[in-house]
Amino acid sequence: MSDTNHRRKPPRVGDAPLFRRTLIGIVLVLGALLILAPLVIIGVEAFSQGWQTYVATLDHPDTRHAIMMTVVTALIAVPVNTAFGIAAAWSITKFDFPGKRLLLVVIEIPFSVSPIVAGVAYLFVYGLQGIFGPLLDAYDVKILFALPGIVLASMFVTAPFVARELIPLMQAQGRDLEEAATSLGASGWRTFVAVTLPNVKWALLYGVVLCNARVMGEFGAVSIVSGNIRGQTNTLPLHIELLYHDYQAAGAFASASILALLAVFTIIAKVALERRGAGRRKALGTDAAPQGNRP
Amino acid sequence: MKRNVLPGLRLSLGVTLFYVGLIVLLPLAALAVKAASLGPAEYWSIVSSPRSVASYRVTVLAALAATVFNLFFGLALAWVLTRYRFPGRRLVDAMVDLPFALPTAVAGISLTALFSANGWFGSVLGQLGITVAYTPLGIMIAMCFTSLPFIVRTVQPVLEDLDPALEEAAQSLGGSDWTIFRKVILPLLSPALLAGTSLSFARSLGEFGAIIFIAGNQPMKTEITALLIFIRLEEYDYQAAAAIASVLLITAFVMLAITNWMQARALRYTVKG
Repeated sequence: MSDTNHRRKPPRVGDAPLFRRTLIGIVLVLGALLILAPLVIIGVEAFSQGWQTYVATLDHPDTRHAIMMTVVTALIAVPVNTAFGIAAAWSITKFDFPGKRLLLVVIEIPFSVSPIVAGVAYLFVYGLQGIFGPLLDAYDVKILFALPGIVLASMFVTAPFVARELIPLMQAQGRDLEEAATSLGASGWRTFVAVTLPNVKWALLYGVVLCNARVMGEFGAVSIVSGNIRGQTNTLPLHIELLYHDYQAAGAFASASILALLAVFTIIAKVALERRGAGRRKALGTDAAPQGNRP
Repeated sequence: MKRNVLPGLRLSLGVTLFYVGLIVLLPLAALAVKAASLGPAEYWSIVSSPRSVASYRVTVLAALAATVFNLFFGLALAWVLTRYRFPGRRLVDAMVDLPFALPTAVAGISLTALFSANGWFGSVLGQLGITVAYTPLGIMIAMCFTSLPFIVRTVQPVLEDLDPALEEAAQSLGGSDWTIFRKVILPLLSPALLAGTSLSFARSLGEFGAIIFIAGNQPMKTEITALLIFIRLEEYDYQAAAAIASVLLITAFVMLAITNWMQARALRYTVKG
């Protein structure tokens, strides 16, 4: 039997050297053109008019305000979404109740809805022609064309991000540990922090990182609800559009370079977290099939 | 039946239902009500107006073309990443997620810079007589970029789990590589391929940020449906915006149902007995 270890593995389908090299070559060239080039051009264009323009753009009050808007939006939307994700995962994976599958589908709806449709939908809730519009106007509460609208629209587009990382994992881990902890007298919160959280922390962080990237980069939904008021309700992606249409391409790319850096950071964090087991889906459709906790 | 001893059902389910209701369902319901408040005749005249229909046509055709391209390129990419070892493989694997991580507006302006007449790619393609920026081809390229990861990431895990014994058996029976790929591997991959394809197509139908910079946005020619909604809003024509948005919303729900069905099917094939 020992010689099987030394025997070369038989060639698999597609292992012929010529085919292999050609396919790798085609994929690498296309990948470089379609994925890498857009990233590279951001840097090239951002510095096309020198360091001074780059620094001047980033130092401009409008840019600084846009960065602040983006950061504040993320600081509100991401923690709220994380809390929702944890609550949704806890209720769906630790209990059985009617309508669970429907709830799972509803949570995933924002993935399928165009951000523009999301923005329009919010207009018909909080806008003047919407359900609450007249009431909000009477009390002089501004939701649309202000920070609250931007935060709400961002929460819509990212609603599934944390929940869908936690649910498959918590489903797979079952309920035995939590039940043991509770039967030994631990409170619900203590059970979650001491028993559940250590097992899902990387998946949680993974969801948070992806959620943050999407919130900071959201364009379509936010562009409808923000009203695009320069220096007031512009987030960084909207600021980029504004500069671009103002024929300040170098400025637009300078602002874009910040978001590109965020994207690169997100990918690095994603890879690091995947090494710790987060985000790994063995096969498709990790939709939480209801598993009874005991036969 | 055993009583569930875990605490927190009321709190966690309450928070979940409140959040889903307020953030997801309420806005969509408001949109549906607004669209339904138009009479059937008025609704139909808006959604079937020549400009609306032209926008559906350009959106659907570009999305189809982009999805077909991604079907081949995404499969090749997933294949190369799982079956071959070469320097830089991990880097390429990580880069596949860039279209998800890069904000769409950023992708939009950089693709436009690359493909405009004096850009890196645009100048070369221009000499061949191909114009990408401000044509339907540009819309297709933007859709290719934003939806590529869907196919790679749905096919990759299935390729990784493929049992080498199946190929060996086919090889021992004298099958050529191409025959084995067609008759053994492709049928095993096809549920995942279909699921990835429908995700990619659905995403392309709703994409906005990456497209509007490169599309040119000419009514009847290069105006996508999502942009038409935006334009109707800027004209304060809220009813038209609601009606056209409801078309996109219904399409999204249909695509969601198809995708769920396909994923359930894919799961049935990939879970080993």
